[in-house]
Amino acid sequence: MEINGIQILLIFIYGTIAGMGSCLDEFQTHRPLIACTATGLVLGDMTTGIIIGGTLEMIALGWMNIGAAIAPDAALASVISTILVIAGHQSIGAGIAIAMPIAAAGQVLAIICKTVSVVFQHWADGYAEKGSTFGIDMCHYLALLFQGLRVGVPAVLVAMYVGTDAVQSMLAAIPPVITGGLQVASGFIVVVGYAMVINMMGANYLMPFFFLGFVVAAYTDFNLVALGVIGLVAAIIYIQLNPKYQAPQVVAAAGASSSASDLDDELD
Amino acid sequence: MEKKLTGSDFFWAFIRSNFLQASWNMERMQGLGYCFGMVPILKRLYEGDELKAALKRHLEFYNTQPFVTAPIIGITAAMEEKKANGADIPDSVINGIKVGMMGPLAGVGDPIFWGTLRPITAALGASIAASGSLLGPLTFFVLFNAVRLFVRYYGIKYGYNKGTDIVQDVAGNKLQKLTEGASILGLFVMGALVNKWTSVNIPVVVAEYDNQLGEHVVTTVQGILDSLMPGLVPLFLTFMCMGLLKQKVNAIWIIFGLFALGIVCYALGIMSVK
Repeated sequence: MEINGIQILLIFIYGTIAGMGSCLDEFQTHRPLIACTATGLVLGDMTTGIIIGGTLEMIALGWMNIGAAIAPDAALASVISTILVIAGHQSIGAGIAIAMPIAAAGQVLAIICKTVSVVFQHWADGYAEKGSTFGIDMCHYLALLFQGLRVGVPAVLVAMYVGTDAVQSMLAAIPPVITGGLQVASGFIVVVGYAMVINMMGANYLMPFFFLGFVVAAYTDFNLVALGVIGLVAAIIYIQLNPKYQAPQVVAAAGASSSASDLDDELD
Repeated sequence: MEKKLTGSDFFWAFIRSNFLQASWNMERMQGLGYCFGMVPILKRLYEGDELKAALKRHLEFYNTQPFVTAPIIGITAAMEEKKANGADIPDSVINGIKVGMMGPLAGVGDPIFWGTLRPITAALGASIAASGSLLGPLTFFVLFNAVRLFVRYYGIKYGYNKGTDIVQDVAGNKLQKLTEGASILGLFVMGALVNKWTSVNIPVVVAEYDNQLGEHVVTTVQGILDSLMPGLVPLFLTFMCMGLLKQKVNAIWIIFGLFALGIVCYALGIMSVK
């Protein structure tokens, strides 16, 4: 499929928004579910975009910026893999597989950009010296634009070259054993994301709830909403019954019971 | 005349706080972003040299889970307001509050927002998106951002009204309850996801025979595993990944490893698509 000029422009704009979102981590425009849908919309096949987004979102579930750690880049991976699937006529499985090295490359690029961003921090120091809030704002906006281009520029390059014969024949040369294997792997690759979330919680003593969720899901047909409600109820009950949250009342009760035992002693 | 922050100052601080991480850098992380968020407040309170000093004060190192920055902005706004009205609050105290709050609040914000809220809303959205419905991405976008914006908006007000008293809240039970509750919900849903939102099929035939009724029975490895409990292979793989991640193996490498496993098993006929 040839991507026309307007589509290339729109991919550049959305890629830039996704890049900004990836750094800000606020509106989630960088998450596959949103970014693949938007890219699909631009390329005229939103439904495929949504499906890729849903699949990739589950794989990327644990990709998060914690402390100083920088996550694999979901924004770049989402936009480019959607272009390859829709405009490059790849299967969704192959698109997901291609997304992974892109996410890794994006992660390296993000680390480089966030190192370069030190420059903006220092410029801002200079403007603070002059008392210029406008200057500080500009440093911040420039840094944001820089982060946006980090995704916008690579995305637009892929969009421009995906229609060429060289790229098309390269993509067509992927043997079926690879695409089939990737499809099999995409069934369980999501566990990496789950493992990242579980590790991040760092609460080994709460793991019984993990097993409870596992078993309930194994033997019921409940959907996610129902499972979420059960999880919420379990959490509330745990907190209501947990003795460590009862401390103030326990002290009061202990005072009362000591007088009661005094009474017992007297009765004895 | 007493200097007083207005509603519009807080509104603009709220809007700007959505861009906290734009200039995230390896040196002072969210330092510039924090100052950027404080600009409407500092401009209202200070002029000239005092403004310069205040801007410099808020360009220092700062980093926490982005959404829980809201109450910290509120507290520092309250302290800056007092300082601008002549109270003797040294820079080190304001920075001390910021630095002292960011650790504990990140400890609350990370499990709640990154560990529970986002995975759950995203998984919900992704499960709807599997059929190609636009409701999937919309559900995720609306739910997540509604909670996020609520926390950002009321967090600033809460921090401002409570002032430094909030330090006791952080140390107290309230936030611990919230964190622990969110962790329970998050882990429960992760358990369910490991079971339901994975698919593994090992069609290797173990036994093949005709039973007494003359029916042809084929027993596969997957059949045996499922009769023990459905989802055992994904469960095993999850624990393997958790172990590898704890050894500081990059997630992307683990993903590549699993891709390789999938390709090899598919080529050998050990695994197939369900």
